Amino acid sequence: MSSHHSPIVLSSEITPRSMFEGRRAFLRDAGFALALAGVGGAALRPGDAHAKAFEGARKSPFSVNEPATPFKDVTTYNNFYEFGTGKDDPAERAHTLKPRPWTLSVEGECAKPKRWDLDELLKLAAVEERIYRMRCVEGWSMVIPWNGYPLAELLKRAEPNARAKYVEFTTLADPAQMPGIRTAVLDWPYVEGLRIDEAMHPLTLLTLGLYGDLLPNQNGAPVRVVVPWKYGFKSAKSIVRIRFTEQEPRTAWNKAIPREYGFYSNVNPAVDHPRWSQARERRIGEFGKRATLPFNGYGEQVAGLYTGMDLRKFF
Amino acid sequence: MDFIKVAVFAACLLPTARLVWRFATDGLGANPIEYITRATGWWTLAFLAITLAVTPARRWLAMPWLLRLRRMLGLFAFFHACQHFTTYIWLDQFFDWPGVLADIAKRPFVTVGFAAFVLLVPLAVTSTNAMVRRLGARRWQQLHRLVYGIGVLGVVHFWWLVKKDVTEPLIFAVVIGMLLASRLLPHRSVPPQRQASVGSAAD
Repeated sequence: MSSHHSPIVLSSEITPRSMFEGRRAFLRDAGFALALAGVGGAALRPGDAHAKAFEGARKSPFSVNEPATPFKDVTTYNNFYEFGTGKDDPAERAHTLKPRPWTLSVEGECAKPKRWDLDELLKLAAVEERIYRMRCVEGWSMVIPWNGYPLAELLKRAEPNARAKYVEFTTLADPAQMPGIRTAVLDWPYVEGLRIDEAMHPLTLLTLGLYGDLLPNQNGAPVRVVVPWKYGFKSAKSIVRIRFTEQEPRTAWNKAIPREYGFYSNVNPAVDHPRWSQARERRIGEFGKRATLPFNGYGEQVAGLYTGMDLRKFF
Repeated sequence: MDFIKVAVFAACLLPTARLVWRFATDGLGANPIEYITRATGWWTLAFLAITLAVTPARRWLAMPWLLRLRRMLGLFAFFHACQHFTTYIWLDQFFDWPGVLADIAKRPFVTVGFAAFVLLVPLAVTSTNAMVRRLGARRWQQLHRLVYGIGVLGVVHFWWLVKKDVTEPLIFAVVIGMLLASRLLPHRSVPPQRQASVGSAAD
């Protein structure tokens, strides 16, 4: 790659082969001189046996130029309570989710509500590769090459009316497919929401894949949103309904513990979670902690959405 | 009896052996530091519960020989607490002392966890026979009742750190709560023959 101004970088170039396939940086950095270099085994990679769904997707200028978290970690360390509250539960149990056939209903305050079939969504707009930072409210982070297109592409086709102030996302809640639903750890179905200008922002991605292939079940198959400047739980997975509303949606974590999880939940190192600090984060695969950036490093693009707002109050 | 002690000692090392094995075979998952912190904390609570179970088991299950294992079990609780604390100071915070102090001061779950660890230290230090003699049995026993409070602090520490699913802290709360409550039940603290003579005197 000759031009270093170009934001177009292949994910395979960003992740060094040694890191992608080999042992964790943790083991090296920890300084344990164990001669175990060959033991880790190759990371799972999608698409070795079949053609990837989004091979050659256009590289987005919104991508960050940071090493992507290995596929194996992205797909085995997940919060997806519909499959259990353990980090490894989704990878172990999400095989019961049936991502096809799938219908996503767009409804509410709009002129053209519509039930979208997954195949229609896959063809709706050009799918891009977007390498985004993902910061979990728990204090860890990843860098993930997603595949999708701006959520606005879908939303504008519904022609939202003047009363559409917010957008509400509802995740599937089927106990037959999702064993975690039998436990009332959250008030199912999982509901998330954005203000309409946040939902229409070009960074907000309607996401259909990662690492160039269709979304694995544990990552929110077959369709989810990714809102990179907010804590991970704001990015609803396995969405069955998108609704335009006049009132601020009652979101799952906000309902569960309102003083800990606000509606906005923008990544903000200056506003701690009531029980732990948000100033730093552990990037998965790294040993030390790094500073958390305001708006997860996307302030240049999104800070303008919140001018005049007290982000301590609207946390 | 010595065979039992050796066998229990070996069994108590299994949680640590499991961590070492997983470390060596890349089995600690995507976030190894979190995994080690969780595991060592969980086993600290488990060993506190096991240690607290010795006295009720001795009383109600007629297993007086269990008393011989109590010190070792208690020291293993301390051993796992040390691993937990070291993981936090070294791997998690990497000796960021201002950060550690801020955590202890500002984060209630860290405050109670740290308090529990600090309170364990005098119990470990006074666990030898020589220290029992120096303190005298009565004062030694009074000091070691601190373990009741440590058990409670440990459960609170776990409860306050989970995001939403309190299933595991709840199980520890019930188990440790029952073990503490069992100490309030009446039991034969006076020798049987004296009780009998008191009874006959009242006739």
